[in-house]
Amino acid sequence: MTNLDLGRAAFHSAVARDPSAAVGPRRWPPRLAAVAERLRGGVTAAAAVPLAFPTLLLGLWILSARLGWLPAQILPDPALVAATVAEFVETGDLWFHTGVSLLRVIEGFALGAALGLGLGVAMGLSDRARWIIEPSFTAIAQVPPLGWIPLLMLLVGIDEALKVLIIAKAALIPVALNTHKGIRNVPAAWREVGAALTFGPWLTLTRIVLPASVPTVFTGIRNGLTNAWLALVAVELLASSEGLGYLMVWGRQLFQLDLVILAMIVVGLVGFALDWSLGRVERRLQRWELAGS
Amino acid sequence: MSAAALAPAAPDRDAPPSAATRRAYGLLPALALLIAWEASSRFALVDPKILPSLAAVLQRAVTELSEGRLLGDIGASLARDLVGFALGSALGVPLGLALGLSRTLDRVIGPTFNAVKQIAIFAWIPLLSVWFGVGEEAKIAFIALAAFTPAVVNAWNGARAVPPKLAEVAEVLTLNRWRRLVTLTLPAALPSIFIGLHLGLIQSWLATVGAEYFMTVGPGIGGLMTEGREHFHMDLVFLGVLLLGLIGLALNLAATRLEARALRWRSR
Repeated sequence: MTNLDLGRAAFHSAVARDPSAAVGPRRWPPRLAAVAERLRGGVTAAAAVPLAFPTLLLGLWILSARLGWLPAQILPDPALVAATVAEFVETGDLWFHTGVSLLRVIEGFALGAALGLGLGVAMGLSDRARWIIEPSFTAIAQVPPLGWIPLLMLLVGIDEALKVLIIAKAALIPVALNTHKGIRNVPAAWREVGAALTFGPWLTLTRIVLPASVPTVFTGIRNGLTNAWLALVAVELLASSEGLGYLMVWGRQLFQLDLVILAMIVVGLVGFALDWSLGRVERRLQRWELAGS
Repeated sequence: MSAAALAPAAPDRDAPPSAATRRAYGLLPALALLIAWEASSRFALVDPKILPSLAAVLQRAVTELSEGRLLGDIGASLARDLVGFALGSALGVPLGLALGLSRTLDRVIGPTFNAVKQIAIFAWIPLLSVWFGVGEEAKIAFIALAAFTPAVVNAWNGARAVPPKLAEVAEVLTLNRWRRLVTLTLPAALPSIFIGLHLGLIQSWLATVGAEYFMTVGPGIGGLMTEGREHFHMDLVFLGVLLLGLIGLALNLAATRLEARALRWRSR
């Protein structure tokens, strides 16, 4: 509710701003006026316009709940969703389920990224390794991560190992591909410098090849984490007794869509946070690469 | 990834081997896997219920084919995939173009779209299956959603990134909105739109598999595998994995071909 009011207030102020903007700031010294205009335009409009649409949707949602346009089993009252969120935050259940899911992702991602890095480095450094690995790798990459579920289910059961393996597979592919690409694209001239300095294979690897390929590799790591989060939601929907996916399945079975929506919001927020933080690191690395070259 | 395009990394000591040798290297892991598989089933190292022999899988493929069920399942999955993909792209590309062309739409709807996009696609399954019921509609809606997002994102980027020089030409020629869209924006955005459709095709195949697992069981490769798992018919499960990979590969290849074909005029 407060959210709605905020959005509306901001929207109105943005609408009201236009006439006053034409008259008001003109009396100020030109430079100050420009700054003021920028501040006003920048802050209010930037906040109001993107909020207008969600506010409208939320308004429709509230209206439909109040007037009973749709049955509550199809679209629950937003107030109910808010209450569920508050309840889950208060009891700590939200942190518990989110924590379980995050832990699973981290385990699977660590395993997949480590394997992917190893495979990528091998394929990048040795032609022979590439000839051996690449065709099988491509074949395995073609089957969507979910496709392995029935097979792995029979091989390792339906417990934690299945989830971690599926997540690892989802993370492995982009990490390996980008590591391979990053190492291949290290300029030959740089290696020649290393050769001129009589670097052995180890020094060439640690001082030249790995640092030069870091930005590309990191892009792979970021994509790998995004994939891992995607796979996590899938495996948790399949079979779990805790975690965000479990909340959704449970909510659906009880026809408590508020629970389903709560879990969806958290899935979106966590996915965004993971991608955003790695994106920042990635930009830093790319700047560092530009500065270095 | 063509080997010729990439500068050779740390050169292996020997002289460059022929393509045939390279291919032979590539077959090594597959061969090793096949030998290990055959040996373990022949000498009963692993319970054949868990690891069926290669022959059993092939035989299963033959019987399923001759009974006509396999083709039906493949057809059902493919049809579902393509209908969902077509629906998602048909909605997504126009929305993306509109977002790229209109600054107002971009500012009003863009942030909401980008926020909703963050929700991992599978998280929509419970909600969609409540909204659309247990039938085919829910699956198609889910597949369409998977194709929708990349279609929007890439059409959006494409329409936004029209080269300024060309935009100036359109300005000079005083093209009206419609002519501008048809002669300038669409051709300029086309490569990006195709990337979105290609990604959408991959995503919708993933979603097809997901829909067949997580929503109600029906005809399709997912249903085939679920049945195999429930009745402990591992040969059926293996066959399913194989089919998923082959169809994914075929879709990917077809998309690459079509994309190259459709964009050929650009390089002339």
